[in-house]
Order: sequence, then structure tokens, then C-alpha cells
Amino acid sequence: MSIQIDNLLKIYGAQRAVDNLSFEAPKGKITGFLGPNGAGKSTTMKIATGYILPTAGQVIVNGIDVVAHPLEAKRIIGYLPEHNPLYLDMYIKEYLRFVAKSYGFDKSKVNRKVAETIELVGLELEHKKKIGALSKGYRQRVGLGQALIGEPEVLILDEPTSGLDPNQIVEIREVIKQVSQDKTVILSTHIMQEVEALCDKVVVINKGKLVADEALHTFKKRLTRTSGFVLSFESNIDPTPLVNAGFEVEKQSPTSFIVDGSTANLRSGIMAVITENDWPLTSLTQSGGSLEEIFQDLTKGES
Amino acid sequence: MIQIFLKEVNEFLNSLIAYITIGVFLSIMGLLLWVFPETSVLDYGYASMETMFAVAPYVFIFLIPAITMRSIAEERKNGTLELLHTLPFTNLDIVLGKFFAGFFLVVFSLIPTVVYYFSLNQLGNPPGNLDTSGIIGSYIGLFLLGAAFTSIGIFASSISTNQIVAFVLAAFLSFMLYAGFDSISSINVWADWSTYIAQVGMMAHYDSLSRGLIDFVDIVYFVGIVTGMVLLTQMNLGFKR
Repeated sequence: MSIQIDNLLKIYGAQRAVDNLSFEAPKGKITGFLGPNGAGKSTTMKIATGYILPTAGQVIVNGIDVVAHPLEAKRIIGYLPEHNPLYLDMYIKEYLRFVAKSYGFDKSKVNRKVAETIELVGLELEHKKKIGALSKGYRQRVGLGQALIGEPEVLILDEPTSGLDPNQIVEIREVIKQVSQDKTVILSTHIMQEVEALCDKVVVINKGKLVADEALHTFKKRLTRTSGFVLSFESNIDPTPLVNAGFEVEKQSPTSFIVDGSTANLRSGIMAVITENDWPLTSLTQSGGSLEEIFQDLTKGES
Repeated sequence: MIQIFLKEVNEFLNSLIAYITIGVFLSIMGLLLWVFPETSVLDYGYASMETMFAVAPYVFIFLIPAITMRSIAEERKNGTLELLHTLPFTNLDIVLGKFFAGFFLVVFSLIPTVVYYFSLNQLGNPPGNLDTSGIIGSYIGLFLLGAAFTSIGIFASSISTNQIVAFVLAAFLSFMLYAGFDSISSINVWADWSTYIAQVGMMAHYDSLSRGLIDFVDIVYFVGIVTGMVLLTQMNLGFKR
């Protein structure tokens, strides 16, 4: 009960969009699928939904080969495409009903699922509108509703929160979290906070190749620099006392430095030196130690 | 398939497409048959629907591509084709749903013209002096012609994301298949084979149906064209992924 991707290869002309990619998304977990733009995330997801055919390799969704049995696979996959294409002239209910019917539900089940989905994705207030009249956030909810209404066992979400405002992002994440318990979820994103907030597992690809495939807590351990601080001062200072105290100092400008060290309580150590020398500190912020850094490290090579 | 069909028909009815197409078709037919003196039966003095059956194919050549040009091209452009492809529909479901929706519109633009038959029936001298079997044959021919043009239009729409390209291509293909082969057959060079060449085109089969003789071969010909086009479109949907 999972998504299994085996040696997936997709060649467009001379470009290897997906290059011998293999990984697995386990059931009941949310797998974050990361990579820079153009890394092949969307292509991989489109192959997994059966929309694009792979050049070689296979995708097995809950034991069903997507290429050999596309119709059976489509019945158990809910998919939210990247740009969330919708029929703008349709009413929300009309659209959801159309999608629900495509799964072959009978009339009473269609009506029940439409009502449930509208409530689940929070469209109660808007449910009488045409999709074209909705704002981006609400359209995204309609798209998510479309992906969820067929009671899929597997959810494939391509950048579900892109272009939304911070409140909407939180709300959409809540919905995803809520429905993910008994489903397999893959979601692509390039927002690292999202991975931290939602995912149990992280898969990173770059130029179609796998560069990381591990649980979130293992992924976090990749941090080489656990901490480090950016110091800015009002006037120029001479950082020698910091160096003497055993810190690594990287000078960015005469008034700004990145300070790092192996001591356990780095912040208080730095503060002690600053107060001792009475430097005019304007800000002290943590740098590094974020997932962004790991992401950048993993994906910057060979470009 | 039925869901796609209903979606498409709803789309026709919710936009102006259905009303405009049916309205324009009926206006042209009405004007030609009753008003314009060159073609009017009232001036002609002979109770026949010949005018309508001669002109309708040419009106269809323009109207049907206008109905079908958006069917797949627009979905491909808006990305909604991706939705249809990832819902539990087969390519054949998508193509047939769209084909029958277009054909449905064609049928509904033809049905009101049946009224003309009853009017002409009364105008004949004596009333009822009308080639009924020829008219029935012509209607069957028109329905089949409409189906063939619709399938050609859907195919053209699957080729490009540009609706105008789809329209022009569909109109051209429809025209060539309808009248083109008939004209080509009259070129002197291959005079020996002219009857065979004419048989490739739709006009020969349409005319044969219009005579009131429902020949199995003619029906097979049109059904064959529709089937071929539907299969080509289905393949085309499969290729472009």
C-alpha cells in the first residue's frame, strides 16, 4: 500500500527529465518531494498519475502498475496538478459532481461526497459560485476537493500551496494533514517550512536524479552547521576578541560578521564578548541550521 | 463517456454556442427555402426540399467546425485535459463523449427543419405530392454527413491547441472529403477511374441517399469515416503525452 517508483526514466528529446529515479512513498505518511524548478518533480508526478508515459521504468501504486492498468490506477489516485486547471465556467457543485460521477459513484453517494468535500475543504460560503468567480485560494480548495472527492487511497499534490497567502497556506496544510492519516500522500514543494510542518519523509531530486531519500529527522541531521549567528553593529568594530575567545568569524563587511563555534551555548558566549567590549550591537540573528541550507547544498552541484 | 457527454452539452447550453449555431443554421435554411427569390420554393413553383439538402452540407462545412474547434484544443490549452486524463476516463470515453455532444447539437439544429416538410406537403398540388422517400433519405444522409463532419472537427481540434487552426483544418478536410473528390474525379487525366474517385468522396454517397435509396454501402461509408476519425483522435490523445 504505497507508491513505488522503480528506475523511472523519461527522455524529452536530448534531455533526461527523469533519470533512473527510484523511491517509495509509504502508506499513512506524507512524503515531501523536493527539488529546484525543472528538476523533474512534476514530470515524475504526472507519470505516477498515468498522464505521461515513462520512457522506461515503472510506477506501482498500491500494487497496480500505472502504465499497464491506467484505469484501475486512476480510480485510486487523487491528483492536484501544478497550475490547478479548472473549468472556470462551471459551478463548484457542478464541477465536483462531475468529478465524483467519473468515479462511478451512484447518485446518493455523489450528493453525499459533494457535500462532504465542500465542508472538508471549507467552501461552504462560496458553494453557489462559479469557479471563475473565485479567488486563487478558493480555486486551490476546489482543486484539492477534486483530488479528494473520489476517496483516493493515494494523493498526489503538485505544489498545493503555491501562490497562496500565509493564512490560506496554513488552512490548506491543515486539510492535507487531516486527510493524510489513512492515505499515501506525495506533495511537491519548494517551501522548506512546509516540509518541516507536514512531511514525514523527504525525497530530493536534482536534474532528474535522486539526491536524498530519508525520514525527515534523518534529513535534518544533514545539517553541517547546527548554528551560527549574523552580527551587525552600528559602527565598525575589530572582531579580534571574538577570534581570541575561540569563535570562527567570517567578515562580511566592517560592521557585520558571521560567527560560529563549537561551544554548546554559542549565543551567550557571543553575547558575553559583545558586552565585555561594549560593542554597539544592532542585531543578532541565527543563520544556517535551516532546511533551506541542506536543500541548497544538495541541489546546487553541476549547474 | 456519459459524464463527458453531459458536461459538453451543458457547456454548449450554458454558453451561447448552442443557441447561435442552431439559430444561424435555421435562419440560413429558412431564408434560402422561403425568402430569397433565387432559391425559394414559393418562386420555384415546385414542392421540393432540394434547395435545403443541396445547401445544408455547405453550411455544415462552416458551422460544425465552429462547434467542434474548441472541444479538445481548449482543454489542452487550459490544462483541463490533464484533469480528464487523470480521472478514471479512457481516451475513447473522452473522444466519444465530445463527439456525441457535437452530434447532438447537429441533430437538434436539423430537427426543426422537419416542419418545412409538413408545410411543403400542404403546398404541393395536389397536397402530398412530395418525394417523401427522397426526403427521408436526404435526412438520413444529412445526419450521417453531420456525424462525419463532427468527427473530422474533433480530430482537427485534437491536433492543435489553437482553435483557429482547428477550425480551418476541419473546414478544409470536410470540404475536400465532401466536394473535393467529386471535383477531382472530373479532371480529364483519369477519366477512366472517375466513378471510383468520386466514390471516395462523401457527395456521391450523400446524393445516392438523397434519391431515397438507403443503400447499406453508403451507411457503412459514413460510419466508417466516423469510426476512423474517432480512432485517429483517440490515438492522437494517446501520443501527445
